[in-house]
Amino acid sequence: MNVYANLSLVLLLILTAAGAILIKDLIGAVLVLGSYSFFLALLWAWLGAVDVAFTEAVVGAGLATVLFLLALFLTVPLEQKGQLPRGQWPAFVGLPLLGILLLYIAEDLPKFGDPLSPSNTHLAPDYLMHSLPATKTPNVVTSVLMDFRSLDTLIETAVIFTAGIATACLLRTSRHDSHTR
Amino acid sequence: MNAFFIGMLIALALLIVVYLYRVIQGPTVFDRVLGLNGISSKAIILLVLIGTIYERVEMFVDISTGYALLNLVGSLAIAKYLEQKRGA
Repeated sequence: MNVYANLSLVLLLILTAAGAILIKDLIGAVLVLGSYSFFLALLWAWLGAVDVAFTEAVVGAGLATVLFLLALFLTVPLEQKGQLPRGQWPAFVGLPLLGILLLYIAEDLPKFGDPLSPSNTHLAPDYLMHSLPATKTPNVVTSVLMDFRSLDTLIETAVIFTAGIATACLLRTSRHDSHTR
Repeated sequence: MNAFFIGMLIALALLIVVYLYRVIQGPTVFDRVLGLNGISSKAIILLVLIGTIYERVEMFVDISTGYALLNLVGSLAIAKYLEQKRGA
């Protein structure tokens, strides 16, 4: 049951990803990409990673759609017929080989949810035991992000704000140009 | 009871496939917008159903609410874009 649900979700993911690449109309591609990240969020939720699913649903399906549409506001919503660069056979040979290598390596990874895997024997029990007494936060992921690694999160927020300010500056000048023209 | 919820899950997933056909195939943009709206309204219910099966509804209600809110923003952005394109 679980495997079939996973498999069908992964199939839908591949279908939507291929659709987003193949559709020529860029607005349609953005919409298909929105459904792609919704299926990704559903897959995370089904695997039990609720926080990742929340982020994917909010950022991928919500914000990214709006950002892509903003980009289309300022440009032409048509795909350019680009000339494919010559000498692509290394990519055609190398990428499948890389995929086979990754699949081969994945055999050695610990099983999903294995209690004896290294990540479940050293760090995770420590956080699980100490996060509630130390931080008084019932959600362990939130306590790791906001308490144990709060400096990390602070600096990440600073980076994102800087990027946002830079993007706002860029978008403002281009809109000003289009008004004066 | 769990079998009932899983049956609902599968039925909703099949409905989503129908909408997905319209989103990918749809000849005009409006078909795609409507298809995406249909998918997301099913998605909200689907997330709550997964939460019910996992017995962690309170967490999944948060996700589905956030998804619903931001989906509204996305639909508004698409509508505004289409209106702008009409006017130009």
